[in-house]
Amino acid sequence: MAKKNNKPVTASGPEINSAAYEFLPDDFTLRGNSEATRIDNNFASQNYWLEVRQRFFGNKGAVVSLILVIIICALAAFGPLMTDYSYKEQKLTEKNFAPRIPLIENLGIFDGDESLKTTTGTKIINGYEDKNLTDVYYWFGSDTLGRDIWTRVWEGTRISLGIALCAAIIDMIIGMSYGLISGYFGGRVDSIMSRIAEVINGIPRLVIVTLLMLVLPHGFVTIVFALMITEWIGMSRIARAEMLKLKEQEFVLASRTLGAKHFFIIFKEVLPNIIGQIITQLMFSIPTAIFTEAFLSFVGLGIPVPMCSLGSLISDAFNSFTTHPYQIVPPILVLALLMLCFNMLADGLREAFDPKLKEM
Amino acid sequence: MDKKGREKILEMRKLSISFISANATVNAIRGVDLDLYKGETLAIVGESGSGKSVTMKAAMGILDKNAVINDGTILFTYNRKENEKETVDLIKLSKKEMRKNINGKRIAMIFQDPMTSLDPTMSVGKQIMEGMIWHYGTPQKEAFEKALDLLKEVGIDDPEKRIKQYPHQLSGGMRQRVVIAIALACDPELLICDEPTTALDVTIQAKIIELIQRIQRERGISVIYITHDLGIVAKVADYVNVMYAGKIVEKGTVDEIYFDPRHPYTWGLLSAMPDLDTDDSRLYTIPGSPPSLRNEIKGDAFAPRNIYALKIDERLEPPMFKISETHYAATWLMDERAPRIEMPAELKSRIARMLKESE
Amino acid sequence: MRKYILKRVLISVFTLLAITLVLFILLQLMPGSPFNDEKLSATQKAALNAKYGLDQPLTVQFLKYVYNMFRGSFGVSYNISKNTPISQLIQSRLPISIAVGGMAVTLGAIFGLILGIVAALKHNTFWDTLCTIISVIGVSVPSYVFALGLSYTFGFKLSWLPMLYSAGQPFTSSVMPSVALSLFTLASVARFTRTEMLEVLGSDYMLLAESKGIYGGPLIVRHALRNSLIPIVTVLAPLIVDLMTGSLVVEKIFSIPGVGSLLVTAIQSNDYNVVIALSFIYSAMYVGIMLVVDILYGIIDPRIRLAKEGDN
Repeated sequence: MAKKNNKPVTASGPEINSAAYEFLPDDFTLRGNSEATRIDNNFASQNYWLEVRQRFFGNKGAVVSLILVIIICALAAFGPLMTDYSYKEQKLTEKNFAPRIPLIENLGIFDGDESLKTTTGTKIINGYEDKNLTDVYYWFGSDTLGRDIWTRVWEGTRISLGIALCAAIIDMIIGMSYGLISGYFGGRVDSIMSRIAEVINGIPRLVIVTLLMLVLPHGFVTIVFALMITEWIGMSRIARAEMLKLKEQEFVLASRTLGAKHFFIIFKEVLPNIIGQIITQLMFSIPTAIFTEAFLSFVGLGIPVPMCSLGSLISDAFNSFTTHPYQIVPPILVLALLMLCFNMLADGLREAFDPKLKEM
Repeated sequence: MDKKGREKILEMRKLSISFISANATVNAIRGVDLDLYKGETLAIVGESGSGKSVTMKAAMGILDKNAVINDGTILFTYNRKENEKETVDLIKLSKKEMRKNINGKRIAMIFQDPMTSLDPTMSVGKQIMEGMIWHYGTPQKEAFEKALDLLKEVGIDDPEKRIKQYPHQLSGGMRQRVVIAIALACDPELLICDEPTTALDVTIQAKIIELIQRIQRERGISVIYITHDLGIVAKVADYVNVMYAGKIVEKGTVDEIYFDPRHPYTWGLLSAMPDLDTDDSRLYTIPGSPPSLRNEIKGDAFAPRNIYALKIDERLEPPMFKISETHYAATWLMDERAPRIEMPAELKSRIARMLKESE
Repeated sequence: MRKYILKRVLISVFTLLAITLVLFILLQLMPGSPFNDEKLSATQKAALNAKYGLDQPLTVQFLKYVYNMFRGSFGVSYNISKNTPISQLIQSRLPISIAVGGMAVTLGAIFGLILGIVAALKHNTFWDTLCTIISVIGVSVPSYVFALGLSYTFGFKLSWLPMLYSAGQPFTSSVMPSVALSLFTLASVARFTRTEMLEVLGSDYMLLAESKGIYGGPLIVRHALRNSLIPIVTVLAPLIVDLMTGSLVVEKIFSIPGVGSLLVTAIQSNDYNVVIALSFIYSAMYVGIMLVVDILYGIIDPRIRLAKEGDN
């Protein structure tokens, strides 16, 4: 190892073609310490919620879903008020009318005509014309008992949404608490609680709900109760997983050293950090609740008459499915849209809160 | 064959690569020239994001889908048959040609994290045998024997037992040995090691490095190390290329780089390596962060962080200045008109100390 | 591994017992007695009670109940078909439900897999978007909506397929119900497969395989598929279960004489015995399937099959 001099040796001739470069007179003077060398180029750390919002609104599917949900909710709130009919008023003389909407009927659609497939061929009949009712309009048509479908659909949506929301929220509270507590205390507590949850989870949701509905009196409260009993497990699992992740973090340790009690830590320290996940799960459980309720109503275990929910409407309309198909379309559309939109909304939320999270 | 009788294996010229995404185009590699000779070890050194891995991935043809090679050639010379050499431009080859003829067969690569490099659902033995069977159609039994030999070669005890096991049953060090065995399975001529020891314990690191050196000696293969660890470079490299912001800023033999560095960035790198005799109470770091490669860079990319920057550094990018046959540096400080700037005092004294100790 | 299986079996058995307990409790809560015949006099009722052991303490009754349930003797129906043994009612219907359900699962799983794989391989292209759209729709919209839609379009309007199930044409009349049921499975499997594949395709070991020179079919099949398919087994179990839920309504819509429509009828006519019996069967199937899937998963995934031996 013979290299000994440390004096910078001037290059023995640059490998450049001087003519290719344009040199200025002061080029080879030191620039001097510019402030730039000392400054680290940091990106302003953005507010978490701002980022979340940006990501969410960048997701076109989620935004469209949100808008649709809002529209449907608005209709559920105000729809029934838009017509003079009540949801239970029966006009047996005006039953099974096809949809007829003023103004639009002049375009040739929704003018009260419906085609009937008979053994001899297809016939077009118009209930309004037959009874000479020129001033009567049923926007979605009327059902087999002469009730206005428009009003009933939105009443039904109101109730379906109401049930779903109640169930989802109660479910969130119970599931969240269960999961947080289970995850926080760990050890035997966690073991036992998890086992119980696992066993309950092992029982098919359908079975529990059906049995409960059989035994308890029908009604709003019962359905909410039935839904709630099975749904909380999903929420608790998420809450527990998040708690396990955050439990070891420093801010929890700091809190504990300051003397915070367990419940304070659980609900005031950890919870705000997992709100994102919780909200997402909440959004997901709404369509599940709507679906289950609709299903129950369809088999006859749902809301008692004369109240209606989307499920019961579908069930009623099912019988005249082949003769008056228009009756089943509105509730099905609303149901499908609601479920689709809530799912997309929840998906968008999940992406927004944590873009890296795996889909499941 | 050049003057000293060395055979050139890999010659990279003017390599320029960009990554295209919805938001922006990142010019990751902005003109790289690189040479590798047979049987020698080349180390590519630089910070994260300097482009070291990308350069070598280009040579392997395993760049990401959104990578675009703007310009450049990578000439690779290999033994087509006994004593018959062939030179190809790797960039011009199609993906299929690369996979069939080059990958695994002539150039092999090992990656940083042995934990994730191995397929968790395939036994270790099968993964070693896969390459042989794929490229050469080696019959099962023969491949199995070869795999056992390879396991022995990389220093794994009880190879008969290990060959049937799955990656998760092995420790980190053993997994990396398996990765090396896989790389050697088809007798490649060039081995590229991308930070092979970063994910391992310090004690295992040394063993793996020694293993690679031994293999290199016994098989006569050439090795490229990609690393940011100057300690490893000192131990293994014959030549060092220092990379910054997608370009090579200084290259030379390992002695030239360690004892006579010329580029301020290299000074920074060397100064940042703490050693036991460091007098400073503060650990030296190069201030600032590497530039974003999204935008066109005007002048010297290192200028903003360079306290020795000249005014010309902000306008024109420096070309490679020749310091010796083997030593080049891309800095205007090497121009005759530039003021005489010496390396920082602490670095100077440290180098003096090291020279003294070695005498 | 053995420990793993044992643990799973124990949990399953325990779960089933817990379910039976719940059912038993519910049975006690049901209005009316099992012998719903007003014509019986008090002494006759007492005699029957004694005969069926209903005058014994609850715990003994419970144990007998468990025994009976597991044996498959569920008692008799008293509303749907007076005094017919329930097991008889079920016997004729179960195979039909399983056939339709089985077809649905198979269809859904196979097409879902294909769709998911294609979507992942052609990431960010038309196929990918298509897969996402189908997945979201399939997962959100209930199977009976599809059933109605299919029934209306292909059955009513176009008359391509029979709208009602008939034993005479078991295959053609099962097409629509199976398809309707399969859509949820298809959507879930596609979505899941796509996610798994994408993750696997971007992993380091894929890169290593490529750097070895492997490409094309063998690369995907040997490395990508094997790794992404393993978790799919776990997803299938809950899907099969969801199938059961969907089948109730679908069976009603298409008038399939299966176990599902039996349950619906039983619910609507308050035939508690039948409901409870069917609930037990559903639960048992569910628990059984979960157990099989769990064990299968343990066998397929070498990480579970062979526990880590410890560091060298």
